[in-house]
Amino acid sequence: MRKFALTAIAAAFAVTAFTGGAAKAAGDAPVPEAQDWSWQGLFGTYDRAQLQRGFQVYKNVCAGCHSLRFIAFRNLEGIGFNEEQIKAIAAEYDIEDGPNDDGDMFTRPGIPADYFPSPFPNEKAAAASNGGAVPPDLSLMNKARVNGPDYVFGLLTGYEEEAPEGFDLADGKYYNHYFPGHQIAMAPPLYDEAVEYTDGTPMTLEQHARDVTAFLNWTAQPELEARKALGMKVILFLIVFTAMLYAVKRKIWRDVEH
Amino acid sequence: MSAPQWNNKVVKWVDDRLPVISMLHHSAYEYPTPKNLSYMWNFGSLAGFVLVTMILSGIFLVMNYTPHTDMAFESVERIMRDVNYGWLIRYIHMNGASMFFIVVFIHIFRGLYYGSYKAPREMLWWIGILILLAMMATAFMGYVLPWGQMSFWGATVITNLFSAFPIIGDPLVTWLWGGFSVDNPTLNRFFSLHYLMPFVILGLVVLHVWALHTVRSNNPTGVEIKTPQDSIPFHPYYTIKDLYGLGVFLIFFSAFVFFAPDYLGHPDNYIPANPLVTPPYIVPEWYFLPFYAILRSIDFTIFGIPAKLLGVLAMFASIVILFVIPWLDTSKVRSSKFRPVYKWFFWLFVIDTFILGYCGAKAPDDYFLGIPGLKVIVMGQLSTLYYFAHFLVVMPLVGKMERTKPLPASISESVLKEGANA
Amino acid sequence: MSQTVHSSGEHQPDENRRDFLTLATTAVGAVGVGCALLPFVDSMNPSKDVLALASVEVNLANIPVGQAIKVMWRGKPVFIRHRTEREINEAEDVALNELVDPQSDDARVEKKEWLIVVGVCTHLGCIPMGTATGETRGDYDGWYCPCHGSHYDTSGRIRRGPAPLNLVVPEYEFLTDTSVRIG
Repeated sequence: MRKFALTAIAAAFAVTAFTGGAAKAAGDAPVPEAQDWSWQGLFGTYDRAQLQRGFQVYKNVCAGCHSLRFIAFRNLEGIGFNEEQIKAIAAEYDIEDGPNDDGDMFTRPGIPADYFPSPFPNEKAAAASNGGAVPPDLSLMNKARVNGPDYVFGLLTGYEEEAPEGFDLADGKYYNHYFPGHQIAMAPPLYDEAVEYTDGTPMTLEQHARDVTAFLNWTAQPELEARKALGMKVILFLIVFTAMLYAVKRKIWRDVEH
Repeated sequence: MSAPQWNNKVVKWVDDRLPVISMLHHSAYEYPTPKNLSYMWNFGSLAGFVLVTMILSGIFLVMNYTPHTDMAFESVERIMRDVNYGWLIRYIHMNGASMFFIVVFIHIFRGLYYGSYKAPREMLWWIGILILLAMMATAFMGYVLPWGQMSFWGATVITNLFSAFPIIGDPLVTWLWGGFSVDNPTLNRFFSLHYLMPFVILGLVVLHVWALHTVRSNNPTGVEIKTPQDSIPFHPYYTIKDLYGLGVFLIFFSAFVFFAPDYLGHPDNYIPANPLVTPPYIVPEWYFLPFYAILRSIDFTIFGIPAKLLGVLAMFASIVILFVIPWLDTSKVRSSKFRPVYKWFFWLFVIDTFILGYCGAKAPDDYFLGIPGLKVIVMGQLSTLYYFAHFLVVMPLVGKMERTKPLPASISESVLKEGANA
Repeated sequence: MSQTVHSSGEHQPDENRRDFLTLATTAVGAVGVGCALLPFVDSMNPSKDVLALASVEVNLANIPVGQAIKVMWRGKPVFIRHRTEREINEAEDVALNELVDPQSDDARVEKKEWLIVVGVCTHLGCIPMGTATGETRGDYDGWYCPCHGSHYDTSGRIRRGPAPLNLVVPEYEFLTDTSVRIG
């Protein structure tokens, strides 16, 4: 019966691996190359400097078309900005507020409690300005794609100057190696020195892509570090507690033939 | 079973008026349990634990969730980002659903292997199937609530199944939706029912345990308790064993919650529901995959019944058939331990459900495990065939024809023998 | 059914096993359950987005002398009264020993002409009347709570009735002469 138990547990593991993997392998675009990310593994954490560089890339490049609606300025504390810096960043943005006492909407400088404003007033406007393709919100992008971070990085670095021979590229579309169907409406957003880094990090397209992907992983999973840290404590506790329970179980069952 | 005498005056006062303490004492303390239960018997109490965890985490999620199509997705993200420990509670609930099915599936397979459905445990088995059905309904409706792409399209596809029924189909689907598509009324009613169902399950669990305590636990030998030497009181022996099992389970559960919280989910559900765009690959949650494969494997008509209706019927039949297996199984022996032939069929059946799960996850035109020429749909059809044949052909025939191994005279005899062999 | 009928006291095989190991395991388990419940309890505390909206800015330019407005702050009304000379004098001239909750007017305002108080009666949480023009202001020219008859004066101090404390003065800061940030 012990064998049965072991088999069943192994089967439970297998079914999760098996079906999870099977479901995720679907898709006709090439699987993006796996990258090394600082937050991977049991102990991985975010690199604050990288997140701030990534934020710079988002702010100066992506934010022109892509919203970040689940992130408030106050959240930037999570990538290492202090209160004063956050207030200054928030104040750079015009936030629509109102109605005021005259019944009109007005704009005012942002405060930390405000969320990043969307570049377009609504989805129709976004579609109209972008040839019919709505630039998706980026807050959850890294969780909303298979192999999220690798995909985002692959997409940002996966543009080809020219489509392969025989590929029928539609007008106004760009060829991207990792985009499903390869025809993407987004023009190559990044290039070398697209953003000016002040910390001496090389300003290459690839570095920009890496940094903004890291930033977007933080926007998707801001709880990641707290989650893993708590998880370590919980699992350590459970291992000790379970060992104690096992000892008590042995003791209680000592005199029983079973 | 005379009520125990209570020394404590308060306890006695209460118990004389409402014998709830005696009842608990009787069912969770002195309940005579076979002394040879293996760890496979841990999964019932684990399922109970997961149910309580789901209800608890669910109640706290509801405190911050908004069941409206405009706000559902946002409110879930608010839980994840702003509510204190909201991410933890939500990940517990999300992964808890998967854990519930893992535990319950093992519990069911254990019952199948050891013949726990056979007389006199038919009612116990039936209530168990009802619990499974209620769980499936609850899980399905719960998955709709975050209002992501998979929520929306899962709800659309599954509710559309009912349109397969002739005449009543379309009005039935409109009624389920409360409109002409899955929309706010659908979300609202699913939320209401998703909150109700766990308490229905809880009630069924009470009946399940009641039935269990009436007919007593089965055990690996399948031989009933005959003498006092065969059993031991539930407490402390099985309380501690269940707690130890719970500890191991919690480590497994925590590994998912803290280190791979989205592993069992679909990335598409982090995209807000969009009625204009269907995700390229719609797959149900893993625990529905085998049933989904059965549904899809029917792509032909029989006697003029359209494939769509047949598929739906086959899917429902795959669970309903469990109700009649106490009579389909003709063997006089309960436990597969003593059934050298059936044992192999049992494991074949287990593998079959895994294959069905795999087929459910793949597109019908993919190749099974990449084997050229073997389409997933064909493999799904073969597996579906075996799924039903196992119950309808193998169980009755093998039960009749098999020469079983000699049964031990009693549980204690088998224990002594195993002890000697060890 | 007879084998497990026990009379109390002799049937618990674990009774003499209450040894160190069992005790320690029980204790660790209790701590674990306690810790597991904490996140659930904490989830009911104000969330981060609620805490982030803890301050509001109010433009005072349109409030004539003698009138008051209500603004929402942290889900509660705040009364802002542009006090007249007479009201200021009334508030300042009261002897402290006459007060239920002694506090000088000075300690309750930043600028004499502006009284800013949380508009929630300190008795049982009703909203006192007296802000809108024409509403009764009670016997002391301030506010009057209709629920149980508490009277507040022109400094928002409790003068008569069941309320135990003065109306609460929120934390606030004048950004300019005509604009104030509460919270």
